[in-house]
Amino acid sequence: MGITFVPIVVMMLYSFNNAPTSRITFAWNGFTTYWYRNLTQVNGLTHAFLISLEVAILSSLISVIVGTPVALALGRFRFWGKGVINTMVFADIAAPAIVVGAASLSFFLSIKLNTGLLTILIAHVAFNIAYVVVVVRARLSGMDSAIEDAARDLGANAWTTFTKVTLPLIWPGLLAAFLLAFAMSVDDYVITSFIAGSTVTFPLFVYGAAKVGLPPQVLCFGTLIFLVGLIVALANGALNRHHLTTRAATEDSLATSTVAQAVTST
Amino acid sequence: MTDVLERPKAINKKPSWLRRHSPPYWLSLVGGGWMLLFFLIPLVSGLIVSLETGNPISGYTLTWNWHIYSQLFVHSDIPYSTFLLRSLYYGVATTILSILIAYPMAYFIAFRVSVRWKSPLILLVLLSFFVSFVIRTDMWSFVLAQQGFVISGLRKLHLVSANFHILGTSNAVIGGDIYNNLPFMVLPIYVALERIDRRILEAARDLYSNGRQVFLRVVLPLSRAGIFAGVLLVFITTVGDPVNSSLLGGVGTYTIGQAIQDSYLTNQQFNVAAALSTVLMVILGIIMFAYAKIFGTENLENLV
Repeated sequence: MGITFVPIVVMMLYSFNNAPTSRITFAWNGFTTYWYRNLTQVNGLTHAFLISLEVAILSSLISVIVGTPVALALGRFRFWGKGVINTMVFADIAAPAIVVGAASLSFFLSIKLNTGLLTILIAHVAFNIAYVVVVVRARLSGMDSAIEDAARDLGANAWTTFTKVTLPLIWPGLLAAFLLAFAMSVDDYVITSFIAGSTVTFPLFVYGAAKVGLPPQVLCFGTLIFLVGLIVALANGALNRHHLTTRAATEDSLATSTVAQAVTST
Repeated sequence: MTDVLERPKAINKKPSWLRRHSPPYWLSLVGGGWMLLFFLIPLVSGLIVSLETGNPISGYTLTWNWHIYSQLFVHSDIPYSTFLLRSLYYGVATTILSILIAYPMAYFIAFRVSVRWKSPLILLVLLSFFVSFVIRTDMWSFVLAQQGFVISGLRKLHLVSANFHILGTSNAVIGGDIYNNLPFMVLPIYVALERIDRRILEAARDLYSNGRQVFLRVVLPLSRAGIFAGVLLVFITTVGDPVNSSLLGGVGTYTIGQAIQDSYLTNQQFNVAAALSTVLMVILGIIMFAYAKIFGTENLENLV
């Protein structure tokens, strides 16, 4: 268990090391906040970070908007082809990233679409939809569909039932799906490395820099992402605890644990 | 005359059929279409790219060159089959060790901890995910480097010889794979254990089974689906991964993932890369299918 902390502590610690060069060094040269104060000094790093942020926000938003209806279809209807969609969602999550990346590049080359920001976005949405479907469907299956029937019995049409009843109830699921998709997108290296063209995302920048030694600012960014992620996860957990019973809260207070259980379901 | 009478009926009937059966299709149209177009079709078209011949300069044309598979894996200058076997070895070692580490953790959180401590402990398991994947892997190579404090410390204590190293070895790669994938093993097992009805365990004890029997005959079989999900995630991710073997490994740890990446991005041998990834996918598919058949996953559907 303690092993978990090693890279995290080292990252945080060395983001404060007063390294003599602009690469991380093993020797400890004293505490400094210089790298945080000069966070944007490294050529390309800030830009890469902003690109990653942009791709993550857009791809998560699109995949929640596009994936939620699929989850509704799978969770609320029996129809011909349901098994096909289920299998596709499962394959999307299970397929090795390296194969998906290589295949996507072949595909984009063959339809003569230049790789870059657009192709990154398309591919990120393609893998995020599956996570969204799985998380939202898990939330739907935990919700009593009798409530929707009751709304319909009281004269609400399908749209009203969805916006006034279903949507408010699955809202925490949508949020969890968004956060998970965001995390998957912002951290993806393997698939993105194939289809990025000349665009550089944060993981691509770090991977390139890792070969020659990381600038300390990378660790600063890492530390900040870590803290923000932790705060969001704790807030999301607290929010869910507020809404659900204790047992349910332990089970899906964290987006990733929902995926784990959802993966088992497909 | 009959035609006129029949018509309104037919018109009435059609919308009602459509209204009853079309909503799931409309709902899945965009999302399903997106996955079909940008995930499934590329995956299958990879096979076609592998059958093309040509070179990076003049381009590739489809020639149904099935020989590429024997060229790459039977008589090849570059030992792709070695890379593939090595990746599979890393995958198997990582998966088995992950189960051995993850199961006790999941069991402890599911059965030995009070409800209020479960969420914090799960968060602890997930903590490494809050650090960017490439950064946390590179931090390991930083910690374990020759000048890093672990090895220089061990050397100062005369516990290891001067040329002792961890980086560049298969063990370093497997260690990194385990570290990076452990949460994917802990979580599904934990979820499966958490769903076991505690009354079943009481019943087993009432019927005079001891602790070991309860575990082997009741708990373990009921958590099978969780283990399967964990194996699926960890094994597939590890076998295809190019990052751990590249950052933590060396010349002797070159994997199929790196080979695919290099043949695509560095050498631009599109057909080679596509052939390698097709083979990787088919082999992983066969292994996972066999695993599902042997250990059975019939209760997979009941998990959610």
